[in-house]
Amino acid sequence: MLTMTGVCAMVAVSVLFLILGYLAIHGGASVNWNFFTKVPVPVGETGGGLANAILGSAKMLLLATLFGVPIGFFGAIYLAEFSGSATAFVVRYAADLLNGVPSIVIGIFAYGLVVHPFKQYSTLAGGFALGLMMIPITLRSTEGFLRGVPNPLREAAMALGASKWKTIATVIVPAAYRGILTAILLAFARVAGETAPLLFTALGNQFWSPGWTHPTASLPVMIYTYALAPYDDWHRQAWAAGLVLLVLILVINIVARAILSRGIAVPRS
Amino acid sequence: MATTTTIVPSAGPVAGSRSFLSRLRERDEIARMITFLFAASVVLVTVLLVFELWQGSVLARHKFGFNFFRTSVWDPIFEQFGALPFIYGTLVTATLALLIAVPLGIGAAIFLAELAPARVSDTLEFFIDLLAAVPSVIYGVLGVFIVVPLMRQYVQPALKHSLGFLPLFQGPAYGVGFLTAGIVLAIMVIPYIISVSREVLLSVPRDQREAALSLGATRWESTWRVVVPFARAGIFGSIFLALARALGETMAVTMVIGNTPIVSTSLLSPGYSIAAVIANEFTEATGELHTQSLIELGLVLFLLTFLLNGFARLLIVTT
Repeated sequence: MLTMTGVCAMVAVSVLFLILGYLAIHGGASVNWNFFTKVPVPVGETGGGLANAILGSAKMLLLATLFGVPIGFFGAIYLAEFSGSATAFVVRYAADLLNGVPSIVIGIFAYGLVVHPFKQYSTLAGGFALGLMMIPITLRSTEGFLRGVPNPLREAAMALGASKWKTIATVIVPAAYRGILTAILLAFARVAGETAPLLFTALGNQFWSPGWTHPTASLPVMIYTYALAPYDDWHRQAWAAGLVLLVLILVINIVARAILSRGIAVPRS
Repeated sequence: MATTTTIVPSAGPVAGSRSFLSRLRERDEIARMITFLFAASVVLVTVLLVFELWQGSVLARHKFGFNFFRTSVWDPIFEQFGALPFIYGTLVTATLALLIAVPLGIGAAIFLAELAPARVSDTLEFFIDLLAAVPSVIYGVLGVFIVVPLMRQYVQPALKHSLGFLPLFQGPAYGVGFLTAGIVLAIMVIPYIISVSREVLLSVPRDQREAALSLGATRWESTWRVVVPFARAGIFGSIFLALARALGETMAVTMVIGNTPIVSTSLLSPGYSIAAVIANEFTEATGELHTQSLIELGLVLFLLTFLLNGFARLLIVTT
């Protein structure tokens, strides 16, 4: 039985390498200069790239970070440093609930809140949906890291006459800095691959999307559409896009963990 | 009391009892209020989400009532919406996923927590964490191009050949279907089961193991009869967590389940799931009632995952 458990662990871990291997074999050759710089060509022609989807994803992730990270970060400061236990319970409960909401339901919510009133699928709506998903992840882990800062540090700052705000801004947050950065990076990586919330917020686009208020292509949605389409050339690009997306996400994950392991502040509260 | 002369003429303000104004001047009160607004907005957003799902499905809920869950006609033209095939598909695929993922996941967690040396365990856990970060759509791509052809050519014919007398394995081998979706889902939720179960198993006190071993139990007996039962609640928590993930999973399922709204006992048959039908039809919904029915499905999905997540948290916290 003991050996069997080892086999289970090996099977589970080998899936990661199988995924990477398949993506590298099928997509590796198509990740080239064109892939990053050209827009999709009409059906039937070979070539082109997914530059518009990469830019669309980047724009939405920028919006998501600008929207989700401040709420998560400052909310966490409130929870860890200011709030009483009753308020903290409600906020934490809401955050955990939000964290468990299936991504497709987040899509419905963003549609109702941003798309429907303006009658327009847009980059903004997609960014909003992704930002929404970043909030609970950032909030809960940041709170954990802030609580991990030892109390003597707070007391020392206070004893020197610093106000509470000064203590937070100059002592506590810097002390938990690595942890917070890790939390933000992980939240970013988590939403970078999200597809379902974008289906009916950002929709999709075969061309460049001007500004912020038009439907836009994104890497994950492009992968979805291309993989299900009946054209070989699109399949090739879906593999390539999958490889690019996965490598990006794994690299962010590894960097985030590296930042944390070299630093202080353990996330145990 | 009033006669007591004060020995200390003017004690400086203590940190805890400073006046509101002085806290305001030192920006403490401002910081408190600003951060409170951010924290409150999290609650606001969550309440808004529930409200919108409830409000957005009001027509459908009133028109169909409980029949929404009992009938299986999904007809946008005649505005008849019965969600049974989607609910059925969601439950069947999630159950299949757990049947595969639970033994594998818990086995792996036991290995990581009890047997592997700390370094090996940490390294493997690192890979498991990375696996959990792989986006759903990537699983979908591998599902479509790798798993589906394998199922169509080898697995499904073999199942029909050996177990074809069972109602579970009837009908043509399409490749897509309940079984394929269940397998892909299983692969996706295994990392969650492993991570949480490993954590729970590692928190079992050392005394428990030593006591069992000193009574003459073998390594396996101590693990299986003492450590695992001790961590039972947390392990069940990880399973509920995985179930919640499996129910709400959209992209990978949409890509391999076959997207056909039928209720079939055969696992080889194509099916549909709640999340998949929302993903496929939401942008193309033809009328108000169609959209509202889809939102009601979203509400169902939300409630299911809400209950399961709450239950899972309760179990994990109690261990």
